[in-house]
Amino acid sequence: MSNVTLKVNGQNHTVDIDPSTPLLYILRNDLALRGPRFGCGLGQCGACTVIINGVATRSCMTATSSVKSEITTLEGLAKNGRLHPLQQAWIDEQVPQCGFCQNGQIMTAKAMLDRNPNPTDQQIREGMARTLCRCMTYYRIQAAIKRAAKAIAGIGSGSSKEVTA
Amino acid sequence: MSGANVSPKGRNNKEMTTRRDFLKSSGYLVVSLGAAPLLAEPQRGAPQAATPGTGLYPDPDFRQLDSWIVIREDNTATFYVGKTDCGQGTGTAFRQMMADELDMPYDKTACIMGTTNTTVDQGGSGGSDAIQTDGWPMRRVAAEARRVLLGLAATRLSVPADQLTVTDGVVAVKGDATKRVTYGELIGGRKFNVALTGNNIDATTGQARVKNVQDLKIVGKSLDRYDIPPKVDGSLNWAVDVKLPGMCHARNVRPPFAGAKLVSIDEASVRNLPGFVKVVSNGNYVAVVFEREEQAVRAVRQLKVNWEKPATAPFPSSEDLFKYMRSATPTSSPRPTVVGDPDAALASASKVIEAEYEVPFQGHTAIGPAHATADPSNGQMTIYTNDMKSYGMRTGVAQFLEIPRDRVRVVWMEGPQAYGRTAADDAGFEAAYLAKEVGRPVRLQWMRDEETAWDTKGPAFTFKLRGGLDAQGNLVAFDYSGRALDYNHLGYNEPDTVLIAQLMGRRRANPAPGGSAAPNEMYAIANRRTSQDVVGLPMIWETPLRTGNLRDPNGPQVTFASESFIDELAAAAKVDPVQFRMKMLTASTTDDNGFKRARSIASVKAAAETFGWDTRPSPKPVGNGNILTGRGIAYTYRSQTVAAIIAEVEVNRRTGHVWVKRLVCAHDCGLVINPEGVRRTVEGGMLHSLSRALHEEVKFDTEKVTSIDWNSHPSLTHLDTPARIDVVIVNGDPNPNRPDLPHYGAGETVCKPLLAAVGNAIYDATGVRLRRVPFRDDRVLAALRAAKVV
Repeated sequence: MSNVTLKVNGQNHTVDIDPSTPLLYILRNDLALRGPRFGCGLGQCGACTVIINGVATRSCMTATSSVKSEITTLEGLAKNGRLHPLQQAWIDEQVPQCGFCQNGQIMTAKAMLDRNPNPTDQQIREGMARTLCRCMTYYRIQAAIKRAAKAIAGIGSGSSKEVTA
Repeated sequence: MSGANVSPKGRNNKEMTTRRDFLKSSGYLVVSLGAAPLLAEPQRGAPQAATPGTGLYPDPDFRQLDSWIVIREDNTATFYVGKTDCGQGTGTAFRQMMADELDMPYDKTACIMGTTNTTVDQGGSGGSDAIQTDGWPMRRVAAEARRVLLGLAATRLSVPADQLTVTDGVVAVKGDATKRVTYGELIGGRKFNVALTGNNIDATTGQARVKNVQDLKIVGKSLDRYDIPPKVDGSLNWAVDVKLPGMCHARNVRPPFAGAKLVSIDEASVRNLPGFVKVVSNGNYVAVVFEREEQAVRAVRQLKVNWEKPATAPFPSSEDLFKYMRSATPTSSPRPTVVGDPDAALASASKVIEAEYEVPFQGHTAIGPAHATADPSNGQMTIYTNDMKSYGMRTGVAQFLEIPRDRVRVVWMEGPQAYGRTAADDAGFEAAYLAKEVGRPVRLQWMRDEETAWDTKGPAFTFKLRGGLDAQGNLVAFDYSGRALDYNHLGYNEPDTVLIAQLMGRRRANPAPGGSAAPNEMYAIANRRTSQDVVGLPMIWETPLRTGNLRDPNGPQVTFASESFIDELAAAAKVDPVQFRMKMLTASTTDDNGFKRARSIASVKAAAETFGWDTRPSPKPVGNGNILTGRGIAYTYRSQTVAAIIAEVEVNRRTGHVWVKRLVCAHDCGLVINPEGVRRTVEGGMLHSLSRALHEEVKFDTEKVTSIDWNSHPSLTHLDTPARIDVVIVNGDPNPNRPDLPHYGAGETVCKPLLAAVGNAIYDATGVRLRRVPFRDDRVLAALRAAKVV
C-alpha cells in the first residue's frame, strides 16, 4: 500500500492503496463515484470508461499508478450546474433502458466528439463499436450523439436545460 | 483507506431517499425500524394492519389504502408498488396511471418499487404483466384514494361530494373557486385508514370505479422517464453502489469443470494476502472474502484448490448438441394436440414441405455481472439487489438460511438488466450466506467469465415441421414438433435450486420438469398437430448449462421456426408472404377474445403499408452485385399484444455478413400509457432479438462452457444497428381509437417474430433458407456457397 494522488473532476484525492490496483476500483470504492461501472474487467464492454488526456480509457484495465493526468468521469461532465450537451441529448432522446452501460456510451461519445465534432453516421458507428449495450439502445444512442453534435455546434458547450437538484 | 467524501447530487433523492428505511437505514440504522420514524414522514399503513403486518419487516397489507399511497402536507403523493423496473420505464407509467386516477399532477408524485417491507407484494417483474395486470389494482386504489379525499373535502367544505371538482390535487366547490382545499390539507401527514377488498392482490379494489379512458389526461402522454436524468449524470445509487459500514468484498471461486468435486483448499495460498477475511467453503461452493474488492479479485486467482472431474461427461459439446437432443429420451412428452386429421390431409396434399430448425443455448449475459450486498446486523438480514423478483428472494433466502421470514428484507435497486436472469438471482443468496458466515456486511459480485459461463440460459430447441398445400396453394395441414432442452428449469428464486444450493448439495429431489412450447394458433388451418417434448442433459445439477427465463421464454425459438416455416410454405405456394398470412388470418374463425384476430390483421396491414411492401412471392431473383437485398415479415402475438415485424436486409455474398438495414414494427398493446416509452421498449426488444438472430450462441466442450466473455459470446454492437426503425402503434382496431381497450404488456412480444423476419428477409434476398440461428457470417457464407449463390 502507498499513497497515490489522483486528480478527478478538478479535485485532488490522496488514497492509500496498492498502486497496481485497477483505477476502476479506486474511483468506485475510495472516491465513491458511481459513473464508471464494472462490466467485464477485460476492456471489452466499456462500462468503466473515463476520460484521461482526452482519451476514452477503460478504467478496469488501467493500473492506478499509471495515471499521471486528470481523470474525468461521468460526474464531471456537467459544468456550472448545466448538463453536458451529450447528457441533455440522452434525456431528450430518452436513450437508456436499464442504463447500466450508458456511462461508457456517453464518455466514449464525449471523447469522440471532442476529437471530431461533426462525425458521419459511419464514424459514429465505428467510434462506438466497442461500447456494448445489452438493452440494445444503439439506435437511440446514435441519434443522441447526432443531436448533441448539433447542440455543441450551435450553442457551444452549453445546454438547454438547467440541472435541477 | 482515505476515501474522499463525494456526495453526488442525487436527483433521484426526491423519489428514493425520503423513505425512512431506504439506504440511510442500512447498517446501524436498521435497528430503528419499527420504532419512531427517522424523518418527518407519515407512518405507513402496514404496521397496524391485522394479520400480515407483524415482525421486524412486516408484509405491507395490500388491503390497506395506506400501503399503496401516502399524501403529504405539501400536496405531493408517493405510490408504493410491488413491481421492479427492468429498464422499460414502468415506474413512470405507474405514476401516470395512478396520478391520473387520483387527479394529481404527475410532477407532484413519486413511485417506490419492489422493497419487500414497504411495498405490497405484486411479485416483482415477469411476464410483461406490469401494465397489463398490476396496473389495475394501482388504478383502483388511486381512484379509491380520490373518492375518500372527496368525502373528506365534502365534510370540510360542508357541501355534498357531487358538488365538488378536483384539479391537480385541489378540491373546489363547483361554481365557487374560493371554497377549496388541497389533498395535502385534507390528509397530509395522516393515514387514510381505509380498508380495501379483493381475494388477492391483483383483485384489490375500493369502492370507487376507475375512470373511463376518455377521461384520462396523463395516460397516453409521452412523459419523460424520471429515472433517466440520474442515470446520465452519474447520481443514481445503483445496487452495485451500496456501501455499508464494516462491509467487506467477496468473490466466488467456481469449479473449473461442470460437476467437479472439491477435494481440498490450500487456504495458506491466500491467508497472508493483504485484507484477508475468510475463505468460505461448503460442499462445492467456495468464496473468498477480503477487505477490499481488488484484493478479493486477486485472491480468486491465487487460491489453490484441488477439484476432481466427474467420471462421465456432463454434457455433449455444443458442436454435437442437436444430434444429442434428437436422440435423447424425452423427460416429458405430452400427448400431441390434434385438430382435424393432419395425417390424411398431408397424404392427400398436392405438395408437402418438411423442414427442421435449430436454436442453440443463448445466454442472458447481463452487461454487469450478478451482484448483491447483504447486511446481517442485529439478527436480521437485508439484501440490496437488482433482483427483479425481490419478494421471491426474501422468502427464498429466509428458507435457505433458516432465518424467520419477518427478519429478512430485500431492498430493490436499479441494476444491469438481463431480462430474466435475476429471476434466479444466485448472487443475493450467496451474499446473504457469506454475510452470515463472516458476521459482517458483504458485497459480492461475479466476474465476467463466471457470468457468461454460469448464468441461466435460454433453452436450446430442435423443431420438425411439415406442411401440406392443396392444388390452390392453401395450407391444409400443419404438423409441428418442438423439442426443448429444458429439464431442471430455474426461475423463481427457489432456495433449493439456486446455484449455491446446488453446489452445497442442498438441492431438491425432483427438478422442475421444464417446458417446451408451441406456436400461436391464429392462422386458419383445418388440420394440425402440435407435439412438444422436453429433454435433459446427462448432468442436470451443478452445471453451468442451467436453463431459465430469457425474455419471452421460448417465444423467440418457437416463432423463429414457425414463422420461418410459414414463409417456406408461402414460397412453395408461390404466394406473397404477406398475402399468404393475410388469407389465413381473414379466414380464421377462432375465438377472438380481445379482438386479437382483428388487431392482428390491422397490424400486418400497418406494417406492410409503413414499410412500402412490394407484393410478390419470395425469393426475388438474385442480383448481380456483392450486396443482395431482401425483405421478410413475421407476425405473432403474446398474451393480448400483437406485433408484426418487417426486416429489410443486406447480405454480402462474398463475406456472408448480414446487416438488417431497416426494421418496421406494427405493435398493438391496447391502451398505451406512454407512447414514446412503448416505442423505445419495442426498439430495444427487437434489437435484443436481433442480437440473438445474428450473434448469440453458448459454446461448450464436454467439460465446461467455453463462452466466457464478449469475444466468445458476442453481442449486437453499434455496427449492427439498423439505419432506420419505424414503430407504428396500432391501437384499437376494428374500431379505430377504441377508447376502452385495456392496457396490455409491451416488454416481450416483439422478441418473438424478429428472428424469423430476418431469416425470411435473407431468403428473399438470396433464395437460401437458414434454419439455424445465429446467422453468423461463416454460417451464412457456407449456406450461400452450398446453394451456389456465391
